[in-house]
Amino acid sequence: MLNILKNRILKGIVTRHIRPELSKEIEAAGSELRSLIRKKFGRSLHIREIDTGSCGACESEIIAANNPIYDLQRFGINFVASPRHADCLLVTGPVSKNMLIALKKTYAAMPEPKFVITCGDCALDGGSFKGSYYVEGAVKDILPVVLHISGCPPSPLQIILSLNILLQKA
Amino acid sequence: MAGPEIITEIKNKIPDFAPLAVLQNYPDEINIKVRAQVFKDTCLALHKILSSPVAALFALDERKESGCFEINSIFVDFKNSRWITVNMDIPQENPGFDSLAKSMYSASLFEREIWEMFGIQPKGHPDLRRLRLHNEVWANENYPLRKDFRKMQSGNLSDYKFGRVEGDGIFEVPVGPVHAGIIGPGHFRFSVAGEPIINLELRMGFAHRGVEKLFEGKLCDDALGLSECVCGDSSFAHSLAFTQAIEKISGVVIPERAAYLRGIFLELERMYNHINDMGGIATDVGFSFPSVFASIIKEAILQLNARLTGNRYLRKVNTIGGVLANIDETKKQVLLDSIKHLKRDFNELVKMLYSSVSFMDRVDTTGVLRRKTAEDLGVVGLTARASGIPADLRKYFSGLYKEAKFKMATQESGDVLARLRVRISEFQESCRLIEEFAARLNKGGKLKTEPELKAGSALGYAEGWRGPVLYWFKIDPAGLIQRCKIVDPSFLNWQGLAYAVLGNIIPDFPLCNKSFDLSYAGNDL
Repeated sequence: MLNILKNRILKGIVTRHIRPELSKEIEAAGSELRSLIRKKFGRSLHIREIDTGSCGACESEIIAANNPIYDLQRFGINFVASPRHADCLLVTGPVSKNMLIALKKTYAAMPEPKFVITCGDCALDGGSFKGSYYVEGAVKDILPVVLHISGCPPSPLQIILSLNILLQKA
Repeated sequence: MAGPEIITEIKNKIPDFAPLAVLQNYPDEINIKVRAQVFKDTCLALHKILSSPVAALFALDERKESGCFEINSIFVDFKNSRWITVNMDIPQENPGFDSLAKSMYSASLFEREIWEMFGIQPKGHPDLRRLRLHNEVWANENYPLRKDFRKMQSGNLSDYKFGRVEGDGIFEVPVGPVHAGIIGPGHFRFSVAGEPIINLELRMGFAHRGVEKLFEGKLCDDALGLSECVCGDSSFAHSLAFTQAIEKISGVVIPERAAYLRGIFLELERMYNHINDMGGIATDVGFSFPSVFASIIKEAILQLNARLTGNRYLRKVNTIGGVLANIDETKKQVLLDSIKHLKRDFNELVKMLYSSVSFMDRVDTTGVLRRKTAEDLGVVGLTARASGIPADLRKYFSGLYKEAKFKMATQESGDVLARLRVRISEFQESCRLIEEFAARLNKGGKLKTEPELKAGSALGYAEGWRGPVLYWFKIDPAGLIQRCKIVDPSFLNWQGLAYAVLGNIIPDFPLCNKSFDLSYAGNDL
């Protein structure tokens, strides 16, 4: 206990600001997102992410959106482990033949009301992988998609801004 | 005849060895063409002489040109900084060859790949299940990498048979392909007796997108963007291996400035991924403060990438003949300042991890991959170095790194802690290398040369953060890509994970998995 107190006094406050000019933009976009989620979903929006064959960059950016600099969670967005807990399915990557069944099953496991968002250029129409023998094609031909977050990969800020657009429409 | 000493060495092993041709098209590549009867023996002899696992083994469809399939097997010779390729022709009727898998495990997965993609049978292979084209959705006798393949023809679909461990009290735990986290797709099947894992079978291929076929028939310039999407977190290493293969074929020498810039970007990519993994390891033992701290450092590097090149993942930086993004004097200052801050934060993080007893207890002796196992499996890159295998392309192949007195990081114990330690020393080494390279960036200097593309075939390689990324190309006289073979380190290392987890408990699996941090996309192609 004494050690902990000593540490606290010696170290002082260790938090610091990282690129404040960027954080203003995030705050503005985020507070809009928060008020939209409050209005339309009561408190929060729960998202299940599914990778149907992406290269991994979209995942990396979605994870980055949860880091302390963007901190998507404070605006009311949670990424959940199970489709049963989710309001929204976030699909990345072109749909490979092997993932088609998994994608359909994941969607079926979600409770109503539910909706689907796609993320990254591959998810729109196959992107760089369009026309491959093993790619099924657009997610929108398989599931009803309400919004596409474009970019290869979209940056965390783009993800937040795109979600704003979605929720305004909904 | 070029490369005679290696031929003599093979002759010591096989007395009546007579190659059909020995070519040395490039200083770092020797190509030995042999008759199909001696292919297996030649490969095994090289395996012994160089004590190298097979770095790549792949087929080409040359039926239109010569009426044959061709098989290439590539070995790495670290001592002499070169690659040795053995190749042979196989007649197109009932194509097949003697399997190497039983004598050299590292060939096993490559042979399965040749069987499923080309329908060339490795005779005597113990396990010919498909790797990527799942039986449930892909009919038999459709071989997508053959040149005459257009669209899947109908045929029988069947189920996949998992290996089974049977006995009293043994049960199976299936996981995936959709996991709990934000992560790629793959299926793991654990066989567990009580708590310890006694078998882990990986079923991959969920992210298979047919990348190698997509490369075929493209112009080199158009294909560059595709190489950046093969494995998202190694975009730069992939595009670097790609461009180096093309530059080698065309005899392009890139400007000095471009070479240093490529070195800087390659190290930046290594840094953001290493810090990401260190955070991931902390997350998986439930130590959230350092993991959050690591994610801040990672974000700082990604933002630095964006400031230097306009892209967070260093895409659209490489081009054939050089680089597109310049680091001028102002940017250089930004870079050096950032490195200074990164070093300070990084040391904090390392101190935080090392001073936590419960953290050290979880990572020490967990997920051990012994050196012998790693050698037999042909594990490469960071994972191999953590198991005591001194293998790093930067040390043996790159003049740039020799000049900067590159120090390779190795560890002996092969556990999660060893892999963490290798990451830590590599991060620090990367900081030093970037400072070194930045100091050598002379003012002015061209960024790229205008390449004149030629036909031919060559191997391009780069030591990405996971390990060596290989691109083998054959370009036809029209400048179109005839065949592209990609080997991502993940392809060889996933098997390493399946062995490292044995005897550990399932709750430690995420920790072992993160310490390898392999790519689904890079493996599945």
